Amino acid sequence: MSKLAEHLPILQVVVPLLGALLCALLRRGTLAWALALAVSWIMPVIAILLLQRVLDGGAISYRLGGWAPPWGIEYRVDLLSAFVLVLVTVVGAAIMPFARRSVAHEIEGDKQAWFYTMYLLCLTGLLGITVTGDAFNIFVFLEISSLSTYVLIAMGKDRRALLAAYQYLIVGTIGATFYVIGVGLLYLVTGSLNIVDIAARLAPAAAETSRPVFAALAFLTVGVSLKLALFPLHVWLPGAYAHAPSVATAFLAGTATKVAVYVLLRLIFSIFGVAIAFDTLPVSEVLLTLSVAAMFIASILAVFETDVKRVLAYSSLGQIGYITLGIGLANVPGLTGGIVHLFNHALMKTALFMSLGAIVYRIGTIKLADLAGIGRQMPLTMAVFVVGGLALVGVPGTAGFVSKWYLAVGAFDRGWWPLVFLILVTSLIAVVYVGRVVEVAWFREPSGFAAGAKDPPLSMLLPMLALAAATIYFGIDTEASAAIARRVAEGLIGGLK
Amino acid sequence: MPVVAPETHLLLAIAIPFTGALLIPLFHRQPNLREAVTLTTAAVLAVTVWSLLPQVLAGARPEARLADVMPGLTIAFAVEPLGLLFALVASSLWIVNSIYSIGYMRANQEPRQTSFYVCFAVAIGATMGLAFSKNLFTLFLFYELLTLSTYPLVTHKANDEAIRGGRIYLLLLIGSSMLLLLPAIAATWYIAGTLDFKLGGILPAGLDATLIAGLLALYVFGTGKAAVMPLHFWLPAAMVAPTPVSALLHAVAVVKAGVFTVLKVIVFVFGVDTLASTGAAGWLVWAAGGTVLLASLIALRQDNLKKRLAYSTVSQLSYVVLAAAILTPVSVVGAALHIAAHAVSKITLFFAAGAIYTAAHKTHVSELDGIGWRMPWTMSAFAIGALAMIGLPPTAGFLGKWFMLSGATQTGQWLPVAVIVASTALNAAYFLPIVFRAFFAEPVRAHAAGAAASHDDDHGEAPWPMVLALSLTAAATVLLFLAPDTALSLAKLMLEPVTR
Repeated sequence: MSKLAEHLPILQVVVPLLGALLCALLRRGTLAWALALAVSWIMPVIAILLLQRVLDGGAISYRLGGWAPPWGIEYRVDLLSAFVLVLVTVVGAAIMPFARRSVAHEIEGDKQAWFYTMYLLCLTGLLGITVTGDAFNIFVFLEISSLSTYVLIAMGKDRRALLAAYQYLIVGTIGATFYVIGVGLLYLVTGSLNIVDIAARLAPAAAETSRPVFAALAFLTVGVSLKLALFPLHVWLPGAYAHAPSVATAFLAGTATKVAVYVLLRLIFSIFGVAIAFDTLPVSEVLLTLSVAAMFIASILAVFETDVKRVLAYSSLGQIGYITLGIGLANVPGLTGGIVHLFNHALMKTALFMSLGAIVYRIGTIKLADLAGIGRQMPLTMAVFVVGGLALVGVPGTAGFVSKWYLAVGAFDRGWWPLVFLILVTSLIAVVYVGRVVEVAWFREPSGFAAGAKDPPLSMLLPMLALAAATIYFGIDTEASAAIARRVAEGLIGGLK
Repeated sequence: MPVVAPETHLLLAIAIPFTGALLIPLFHRQPNLREAVTLTTAAVLAVTVWSLLPQVLAGARPEARLADVMPGLTIAFAVEPLGLLFALVASSLWIVNSIYSIGYMRANQEPRQTSFYVCFAVAIGATMGLAFSKNLFTLFLFYELLTLSTYPLVTHKANDEAIRGGRIYLLLLIGSSMLLLLPAIAATWYIAGTLDFKLGGILPAGLDATLIAGLLALYVFGTGKAAVMPLHFWLPAAMVAPTPVSALLHAVAVVKAGVFTVLKVIVFVFGVDTLASTGAAGWLVWAAGGTVLLASLIALRQDNLKKRLAYSTVSQLSYVVLAAAILTPVSVVGAALHIAAHAVSKITLFFAAGAIYTAAHKTHVSELDGIGWRMPWTMSAFAIGALAMIGLPPTAGFLGKWFMLSGATQTGQWLPVAVIVASTALNAAYFLPIVFRAFFAEPVRAHAAGAAASHDDDHGEAPWPMVLALSLTAAATVLLFLAPDTALSLAKLMLEPVTR
């Protein structure tokens, strides 16, 4: 067992990768699902073991093939990456039981196995990005996850899914290209691809060769920001979320942007923050401005959407704004708020998209007008929606409040109290866009669509309810979320120059 | 006493309504059993809360801690005299209100009664949590829960008007609490380093008076439920709700939670002495006094009975705020008493309005000529409630006003005295005509010549549970005047340091 324990980091990548290969050989959708389910349930166990080990003994370094860094590829699991690993794997594990009926309903029989293959590949990519300590290796996994994501989105029932996937393909490729240009520049300056090594070599080099370093920072930040849909680089996201199959949307909303934020954190804090003082460049100011813009513009757009999936997609953009706001605050409480919101938002948004998936499963539409009266027909499904919505608003007692409290304290600490009001005003806009759906769902007479609907089968219902319960649980007990996020934030801030 | 520890008692008081809310839907298809669950839960809750009384009077202050959410933010409860007074009133009135609800909901054949009773129980649970909160964070948590759980009640009718009213209700209450109350709490935490309520306040000495005044403004206007103008719009808007809900909003829980919060913040966050010595609450006398008078003037012009009652509530709430802003121990006692007095008397008035609607389908003051002889119990109770609003003996309304006036005169604050005197006249001007019409005006059969109208006039009292409920609360209104000892000693204890 202890032999195996040493190889836990690589297992995060190898298990889903092998799963994807096997899955591709299967023809039957149900078999492929069973395999994907098994893999998805093994992953959080490994991730939690890793987190436990990191909490006990500090960062784990794993030499791929036994080659020593910086020449070989190093897998490096510190508290931040372990936290993100747990987040991604838990979301995957929650979605898979839900997936069977939803996928069977939305995707044709012979393509279902492909769907699960792509899902597992995407999982591989996301976990790989998180676990590796090598900047170029991140690019490789970024491409794995992106390519599989394009396919996942294109599998949407609607033909517009193809357009959305294509749009994301173009934007995503630009992002990846920018990222690799940035990595290339860093390699030119430092001669290394290992993140820890780059940071160490950059420190003495930075002063005289600042221009290429700054260019690298710019390319990397823009590239990653495209992936994480930071305003105004977000245009691909609403279409992609709206037209992808329900399961894919729920999975991507919970994980893909979160992993991109992880990369941004790595770049800003683990590479550049260590080498260049945080205040020589206006990173903080730029991030704060864009975040506030995202929070407002996306939330307001969400108010005027009539497709509920798009409402949530725009809401995601706004919520990503909260996360980047925390990064921009660049102090311990603010960063804690941003990092814990990665986790909290993953929980609530996955639950929300799953409830929409359940509605699609029952009535085949997600237009606001068609949802009239659905709350009376599918009370538990809409209860999940309400809990998720309350968390988006940041009502105390839900996970969303915890994030916002830390962000507000971070803003207070900086003496920027108007920012506190901006955060709270956007919460109010969330009341409006969540309230619109709730009003229609509960207070209108059931429409033709909703009339015969009822709550989905248990396999779909239980995962949603579990996530909704977790959304409330992590609003009351934050030992496993905010406390760890705080340690991560302290570590990241402590490493700054 | 049974062997249950006071701490357990405290947690039980909060858990019982939530348990009831879980049990009620199980009897969705057996309305009689379902209502029995509501009544049993209410009774058990009242017994639990009342059993805390002797211990508190003896000086005990049970505490319980539920969870540490974040460093410095805990969900914790403590029994403190003011909170206990509020909890006693709310839990006792829940029984009466449930009896009334059963009569009202059945007689008017309201839909979705199960969810109605569930939300009601959750709202009471939130009220208990709020009343017993040990710190601002817990208070805020249950304050928001109270808003959210009453929102479906306000929109119960689910027509366009109800949805509109619900929007105003939700946006105004959530909006004010998010934009003003939450920053106030965060700022308090930032300045004081704690959120625990403490007699005499938690703010450090030597703070700038302007800062204190600003913070107080955030609290007062952030507590939208206290309905200090201009944040009173939600109350008339929420009048679309079924009458038992109006009673819940106006008497049992929601607005009382608002003024309770304001009073609690003034006494236990700022400290009466701090505010008095810095003069930081001077503006509040004007704001509250203005609300008292303005709301009364608006009430004078309302023909819709429930609307008139709503504006009367706005005015009466600001009495409590005004009494707190006078900043003398006597007036603060008056504020606490008025919370209880207004609760029992206003619920009587709403019960009467609902009984009139149920029995006679009348909603406007101008339609009530001569109704007193057809519904003698209802209108007598209404008369008692009206006397309490004016503040005349032998009703509970007299007590609070008496203490407020003595507090103000002792310290020579003539503005509040003038406000109270003027508003008493106004209260009389908009309540006495209703009583007069009901008993002494000729019924207007002549101009309502239709067949439907004659049917409308052919009615007696509302169903007996409703009459029973409103008679009980009217009796309580008088009883509170005759035997004010419990309420008075709790209100006085609030200002005394804990002895043991």
